[in-house]
Amino acid sequence: MSGHVPLPYSSPQIQKSSKEAEPRWVRYLLITLAVGFLGLFLVLPLLAIFIKAFEKGSTVFFEAISSPDAIAAIKLTLIVAVIAVPLNAIFGIAAAWAITKFNFKGKSLLITIIDLPFAISPVIAGLVFVLLFSSHGLFGPWLQAHDIKIIFAVPGIVIATLLITLPFVARELIPLMQTQGTADEEASMTLGASGWKTFWLVTLPNMKWGLLYGVILCTARTIGEFGAVSVVSGHIRGMTNTMPLHIEILYNEYQFSAAFAVASLMSLFAIITLIVKNIIEWKANKSMAPVEGEA
Amino acid sequence: MGLFKKRTGVLPGFGLSLGFTMTYISILVILPLSMIFINSATAPWEKIWQTISEPRVLASYKLSVGASLMAAAINVIFGVLIAWVLVRYRFPGKRIIDGLVDLPFALPTAIAGIALTTLYTENGWVGQFLSFKVAFTSLGITVALMFIGLPFVVRTVQPVLQNVDKEVEEASASLGANRLQTFIKVVFPELMPAALTGFALAFARSLGEYGSVVFIAGNMPMKTEITPLLIMTKLEQYDYAGATAIAAVMLVFSFFMLLVINLLQWWTNRKFI
Repeated sequence: MSGHVPLPYSSPQIQKSSKEAEPRWVRYLLITLAVGFLGLFLVLPLLAIFIKAFEKGSTVFFEAISSPDAIAAIKLTLIVAVIAVPLNAIFGIAAAWAITKFNFKGKSLLITIIDLPFAISPVIAGLVFVLLFSSHGLFGPWLQAHDIKIIFAVPGIVIATLLITLPFVARELIPLMQTQGTADEEASMTLGASGWKTFWLVTLPNMKWGLLYGVILCTARTIGEFGAVSVVSGHIRGMTNTMPLHIEILYNEYQFSAAFAVASLMSLFAIITLIVKNIIEWKANKSMAPVEGEA
Repeated sequence: MGLFKKRTGVLPGFGLSLGFTMTYISILVILPLSMIFINSATAPWEKIWQTISEPRVLASYKLSVGASLMAAAINVIFGVLIAWVLVRYRFPGKRIIDGLVDLPFALPTAIAGIALTTLYTENGWVGQFLSFKVAFTSLGITVALMFIGLPFVVRTVQPVLQNVDKEVEEASASLGANRLQTFIKVVFPELMPAALTGFALAFARSLGEYGSVVFIAGNMPMKTEITPLLIMTKLEQYDYAGATAIAAVMLVFSFFMLLVINLLQWWTNRKFI
């Protein structure tokens, strides 16, 4: 879908007649409009986050990001990411393996179901687990009898995040592995390698850039998820507040500088994500080139 | 499941990988989402109808659909423009700008929400220059949804534009068409399916969007209350039946949008294979 976008290297510009290229003033106008729009709607909000974070000085900034509640929120966010991202990565690999290496009926239905979490509202992703696990929910009485807490606790946050970020890795790997086909694996099997050996030595190296790319996108969304987590968390400070929820609380208490301080940490991570993503795209384009030549 | 019957395959691991995949999506996607419909089906029909057709709920549908349509429409115009500029022109800083387009995918939505609200309040950096209110109105919701939806349009149109055959444009020019005529009659029809797909993706995402909108919306019942927020409000009042009924309406609409997007993507791919 929107995942694999080759970088737009423009072909060398050749001098063109006026009928084949826009007049210079049109070009400048269009570039100005595009850059202006991006500046106003993307760059300015990003700048605002960092400027507002340091508006009251660096003391306020460092106090905000080192307060016990902030530390607890950062820890919880990391815990959720450490559980959710590997699980969804394993799922993505398994789903891509089944879908791209074999033919079976119902394949496109399966792909559509994997896509579903992209299409539903984060609030609904939270709500469904409330319907399953809250005290009024389907498994509520059983969970209560066994003294297990899922909703308004960490497991609920993990499960809701798992649903929201489920498609990311699978969605990167499926198109990639589809273009690579099964020839490499079949050759490895014919030469006597076991299934697992083939996977580790042939499939995994082939898909490493796609996998890394999917994991990065999945991590960014996991860390930043707000709506679904908001429904199931219960907003208990120092206990079930992730970083985005902590920012919300600070903001609603008019502690704007503190809110933007924590927000700037997350924005920094978002910027790093974008940089890594671009490096991966560049590397993948380089290593993909011969594969595409074969096909 | 008889539906997922294996047909061919030399490689091992079919049972393991498909078994794991099916178990995983059953637990995380199918069972949870079916709860919405099971709960709705067991509730009295009149009560559901009453909940989903309440004036406050109707106003929220209108706002969510209206603001999402408006944002997606603006994004199509500027998204195609940005894709065009990035594919066809050279200018300093282009690589950075290209990378920046994905910012809304990477930035947590709640952060986008507080940043945009701060900019567009009456004495914010942008708000102070405007003669009309943006934050805490439906216009503010549209601004937040534009932020969220922009990369969907740019990233769908960009690869298609890269594959547009320049020879066709040259032919059009040599037959006497000027640049604008060539764009409208030759290039734009090629971009149409991709632009529509981008529009549908941005629209579908906007309908369910919560994090970026709640801060800038003001959340006034009947005026600036989006449907996902209404679900949240019902949940906070422990009105699970009401929240589920509204969620069912949204889910049906999401399924419909997914169908539309699949058809559009099929149309886009067909044109370029």
